[in-house]
Amino acid sequence: MLSGRQSLLRSAAPLWRCATSSGGIRRRCYAEEAKKDTPTNKAVEAFKEMWSKVAPNLDFPKTPHESMASRPPVPPAIPEKLTVNFVLPSEVAMNAEKVDMVILPATSGLMGVLPGHVPTIAELKPGVLSVHDGGQVKTQYFLSSGFAFVHANSVTDIVVVEAAPLDRFDPDEVRKNLADYNQKLSSATTDLDKAQAQIGVDVFGSLAFALGVTA
Amino acid sequence: MASRSARRAGIRLADLLRGSITGANATPASSSMAIAPGDIAPPGARFASTQVLRNRMKSVQSIQKITKAMKMVASSKLRQVQARAEKSRGVWQPFTALLGDAPDTFPKKTVLLCITSDRGLCGGINSSVVRFGKAMLKVAKNNGGEDAKFVVLGEKGKVQIQRDSKQYISLNITELVKYPLNFTQVSVMADEILKNVEYDAIKVIFNKFASMVKFYPSVTTILAPGSIKTSETGTPSELDLYEIEGPDSKEEALQNLSEFQFAAVLFNALLENASSEESSRMTAMDNSSKNASDMLQKLTLKYNRTRQASITTELIEIISGAAALEAAK
Repeated sequence: MLSGRQSLLRSAAPLWRCATSSGGIRRRCYAEEAKKDTPTNKAVEAFKEMWSKVAPNLDFPKTPHESMASRPPVPPAIPEKLTVNFVLPSEVAMNAEKVDMVILPATSGLMGVLPGHVPTIAELKPGVLSVHDGGQVKTQYFLSSGFAFVHANSVTDIVVVEAAPLDRFDPDEVRKNLADYNQKLSSATTDLDKAQAQIGVDVFGSLAFALGVTA
Repeated sequence: MASRSARRAGIRLADLLRGSITGANATPASSSMAIAPGDIAPPGARFASTQVLRNRMKSVQSIQKITKAMKMVASSKLRQVQARAEKSRGVWQPFTALLGDAPDTFPKKTVLLCITSDRGLCGGINSSVVRFGKAMLKVAKNNGGEDAKFVVLGEKGKVQIQRDSKQYISLNITELVKYPLNFTQVSVMADEILKNVEYDAIKVIFNKFASMVKFYPSVTTILAPGSIKTSETGTPSELDLYEIEGPDSKEEALQNLSEFQFAAVLFNALLENASSEESSRMTAMDNSSKNASDMLQKLTLKYNRTRQASITTELIEIISGAAALEAAK
């Protein structure tokens, strides 16, 4: 399975180089896609018509679907593994990796996702994302907020603003910052200050909990 | 040009521009090349002036150096931005997978967000985005987007769109690349745009970076939360199947989703456009340096011929003078 960076470098290759496996963010043959009569293709065809009436000499602009791999269809039986795409603005941390389970820090509490999970849109709060494979914890990331989408075909997309593996955090810094923000919260006057201090307390609080740091 | 260099050298301009100096003074070899009027010498001079040519060669050489330097700067900037652009390509895909793309939807308040550069000398990327933007405006007007407006990011786009569609520009943001782009900045900018512009759908028009010599104008559609439910791409029925974990209502979830999608798409679009800009500038400056070196070669040949012609003329004068003296004895 290609790692995220490798596959993205490859995805700059010409369109005729088709990927063969299912799911994920790798490029695929556009010709395959064009044959399918999905709502998206209908929309694209409709747009092409509108465009050719107005600007017949200009090339048709590209749409997002041309640069992303199509998603696998809903399988009839519950698949064995979950396919996880974990993306940040700065990189693609996990690209169509097959795992057993992920635990997401949703705003309503920790949420475990197994293959065959009901389709969900979950808002995430600062917390730990743990990826489980083969009965043990594979990696743990601390993430700031974001969203997680679980689709019917057992593909899970997790898109967050910032994340880092847990071992990159320094417990002493975390303790110091938590104390800092607690103090700011107690001394905050305006609503804006209170909100900012509260955000700091939330983030560092959950980080401290995740690292096992006592205040 | 000849007249400018002549001005610098202090030769009378009017004489140079008269252009009456043609094949009579010019040597046969140099007349086969295109001779600009007034390029040879002011009348009264006994031979063609090489000073004019030398000045011209100096200016072409300095232009060549400048364009070479600009190409190197652009290539180093390209390496940095390209890496970031490729890494950011994953961030908008989950949203398109969930919500779908609706290229044919043009609700009443369609906002066309054109991403252009601030600086020039970057080839055709800005004019291509502006052309596509104007075509999208027409498409929007024909298909239900009566209140379609532009939001232009970048100076060059504003200048071009202002010429004939000034009334449609609703917001203009410049100096985007003053500091290296990061997601926080882009979210702040996205927030500003969403606050100040009423929209039912935003179409982001930018140049997608494909390779060093190829970029594709692309359009990504972002629907406002209100439009997502009524869109006709089939996703509303699929979206209803999803359970919402976290926010209290579906409206709130869609609101957050739409804003996050806009920030993510904008971030990727800005990086792709920046990569296209730098690669286009590299190509343009490269062509410019090549042209300058071609021009320099031709000018060198002309210079040598002029110089040799003047030497020959001088020799002829001396020899004929000596021969006349001999004959007179």
